Amino acid sequence: MPFTLNVNGESRTVDVPEDKPLLWVLREDLGLTGTKYGCGIARCGACTVSLDGEAARTCRLPMSSVGERAVVTIEGLNSRPGLAVRSAWRGLDVVQCGFCQSGQILSATALLSENADPDDRDIDRAMRGNLCRCGTYQRIRAAIRQAADDLKG
Amino acid sequence: MFGRIDRLPRPAVDRRTFLRVIGLSGAGFLIGCGRGEEAAPGAGSAGTAAGTADGTSAAAEEIATGPFIRIGTDDTVTVIVKHLDKGQGVTTGLPTIVAEELDAAWPQMQAEFAPANVKLYNNLAFGPMQGTGGSTSIANSWIQLRKAAAGAKAMLTGAAAARWNVPAGELSVKKGVVSHEASGRSATFGELAAAAADITPPADPALKDPADFTLIGTEVPRLDSDAKTDGSLKFTMDLTRPGMLVALVAHPPRFGAKVQSFDAADAKAVAGVADVVEIPRGIAVLADSYWSALKGREALTVAWDESAAEKRGTEQLFAEYEAKTKEDGIVARNDGDAPAALEAADAAIRREYRLPFLAHAAMEPMDCVVELADDGCRIWTGSQIQTLDKNIAAGILGMQPEQVEINTRFAGGSFGRRAVPDSDYVAEAVMIAKAIDGRAPVKLIWTREDDTRAGRYRPMSYHVLEGAVDDDGKPTAWRHRAVVQSFMKGSAFDGMIQDGVDPSAVEGSRELPYAIPDLRVDWHPFDNGVPTLWWRSVGHTQNGYVTEVFMDELAEAAGRDPVELRRELLAEHPRHLGVLEVAAEKAGWGEDLGANRGRGVAVHKSFGTYVAEIADVTVKDDGSFSVDRVVCAVDCGIAINPDVIRAQMEGGIAYALSAALREEITLEDGRVQQDNFDSYRPLRIDEMPEVEVHIVPSGEAPTGVGEPGVPPLAPAVANAVFAATGKRTYRLPFVRG
Repeated sequence: MPFTLNVNGESRTVDVPEDKPLLWVLREDLGLTGTKYGCGIARCGACTVSLDGEAARTCRLPMSSVGERAVVTIEGLNSRPGLAVRSAWRGLDVVQCGFCQSGQILSATALLSENADPDDRDIDRAMRGNLCRCGTYQRIRAAIRQAADDLKG
Repeated sequence: MFGRIDRLPRPAVDRRTFLRVIGLSGAGFLIGCGRGEEAAPGAGSAGTAAGTADGTSAAAEEIATGPFIRIGTDDTVTVIVKHLDKGQGVTTGLPTIVAEELDAAWPQMQAEFAPANVKLYNNLAFGPMQGTGGSTSIANSWIQLRKAAAGAKAMLTGAAAARWNVPAGELSVKKGVVSHEASGRSATFGELAAAAADITPPADPALKDPADFTLIGTEVPRLDSDAKTDGSLKFTMDLTRPGMLVALVAHPPRFGAKVQSFDAADAKAVAGVADVVEIPRGIAVLADSYWSALKGREALTVAWDESAAEKRGTEQLFAEYEAKTKEDGIVARNDGDAPAALEAADAAIRREYRLPFLAHAAMEPMDCVVELADDGCRIWTGSQIQTLDKNIAAGILGMQPEQVEINTRFAGGSFGRRAVPDSDYVAEAVMIAKAIDGRAPVKLIWTREDDTRAGRYRPMSYHVLEGAVDDDGKPTAWRHRAVVQSFMKGSAFDGMIQDGVDPSAVEGSRELPYAIPDLRVDWHPFDNGVPTLWWRSVGHTQNGYVTEVFMDELAEAAGRDPVELRRELLAEHPRHLGVLEVAAEKAGWGEDLGANRGRGVAVHKSFGTYVAEIADVTVKDDGSFSVDRVVCAVDCGIAINPDVIRAQMEGGIAYALSAALREEITLEDGRVQQDNFDSYRPLRIDEMPEVEVHIVPSGEAPTGVGEPGVPPLAPAVANAVFAATGKRTYRLPFVRG
């Protein structure tokens, strides 16, 4: 059935089954493949996007419940915190295989959008839903601290 | 057959034709500084980014200086990377070697994966095979790429010398610019590229003195950071082809089971399902989307013939493994007479260890895109052994290997999983494409559950270690019996078995560096029906653990400090000793940590690289513990890029800790009991210790770093837990105690 989505600031219409998860609509119907499939049960965070400013897993989110909320994916990341996060990620060369990193960046952006000065405990709490099998966790922490500092400046 | 897809190498009609390749907008991918991924036109959604982020022209000309390096008239230097990048950073490390020897500037460097061509791109450590593994990428490319770059540099300086009519010996090269100081002339690589195509490089060009290195040893930024942080990098899972179908496969519930019959009526009734076909590995459901394929597979009914399936459970297997140690093993090392020395010892120590099957659980589950044409086959995947994938696909299709084109993509992790002797998931995708007569391109996706249950695990193993120390506190005898199955036997890797010993069973135990006069290592092969494979650092994961925790027990029995005893026994091994001393000093070995805390050490060499790790743990009242800090010292020869080395140590430590804490694949009646990240539970950020990496300076040839950070971690943690609690860990993962 037809749905109209607000994705990366644009209105997009798709005709998909109502139970199709937002993740696969983004990837298959809208060509936004930066958001990844990792588990399908919302336990790895690779499918994280911003939904009205909050980090949300999309692999279990049926289209019928997305509504008019603003969806921002890695491709449309352009908020001030988002750009600071991406810049810190690059500066510290956080990535290894990179498959989880869109989700990591979206989760980190959501954290900094509501907490300008997170401590390590805040970071761990906000990021523990995002798995990284390459083990880039230490750099993720450092990059979030770096982005927080950059945003203050 | 597929239009213009291979930019290089093409059959050389004449040298000039071979060398000159027009246009930058060819196939494959291209990554470089300050840009996302520039991908192939026609590669579906991957083809939308034909231009470059920084606006450089796509009409520039490129000169191939040989199989490994192209110089663009726009000053780009493209390195053809023959290895798979699965996160370990070869698309940065190998271009660094080239940039150094070529005296290029880092921002002009780009990387592109090589086509499958075993004549040009074989792994020199593997023989006639193109592939990645064993932490060999840097080591086997080191001289090869330096010579290629030195040859390219000679072509560029030769062109400048001819243009300016000056002796080449008077030219200098720095940061991508060739200069003639006396005349004040200079030209960039791009300005010289076209003329360089006419220069014949020396057959054996001289290489730089390492003392003159300016890039190697510095922390140039990764070339893939941009494309991996803006969503532009297309992994296999992200590719589409016109008319492509997504395939999911119903696999047997037990290893060794086969399809008996199936009913596809309900599956075919699901909207979007295009076809349901039987293949030798199961039943494939093809649909217009992943979601439709998933629902179609759920609606499928399959009856399985499990008569030949493996039906044993984990505990039964361990009992049978234990019984196996009572039989004679295959002797892998035999110094002196360990059995007699143990017999004669006053107080020999005997310990048994049980280590589980482990899944690789890469973040990107296994996937592959296949497209058939009348006269060939194109494959896109994170191919780790291109030669094998190519030959196996050709075999399935009844084609010649030359008809199979492999487009290597960045892989979302591998840890060994993508180097499979039967190319399992690649073969599966090819079988599906064949089963539908190639009428549509196929993208096979394994769900996380498929990936977890598909086998190819790190083998489970059972170890008996025996040792004795004399009155002076010196270990005098050591015997190690390991029961572990061989994944090489009867496979494409059978040739690696030497003198009846599978090296993956005894690596890290056979080479025990400690000076112990009577030392014996036996391997007891055990066949079972669970398919296994290498898993980041392979046999070292098991043998590194048991040897280093047992050494700690010998130190305890001898009343010796664990670092001090190792130091004494490693006196003849300066590089082991080097990392041990650095780790001990940086960690503050010997400090009092206070109540409920412990510190443990382990040192292990694997794949030519020496690593010592010292872990600090805090034990809680309920017996659980956290790992607070890990100090790591690594000696991998010349450090190409210290930051990438640190990243690999950090990652290896996280991967090893993840496995040691909770990971295990268990079987009940032959059925795998884990399927997703709720039952197979990797390390999360709140469990990540602070990791401190120290690189020991070395002038030796560089060795790999992808795997060697793994083996010392679990024993260092186990030894730290012992220091805090007095309790040893004989079975992993730690949650089992």
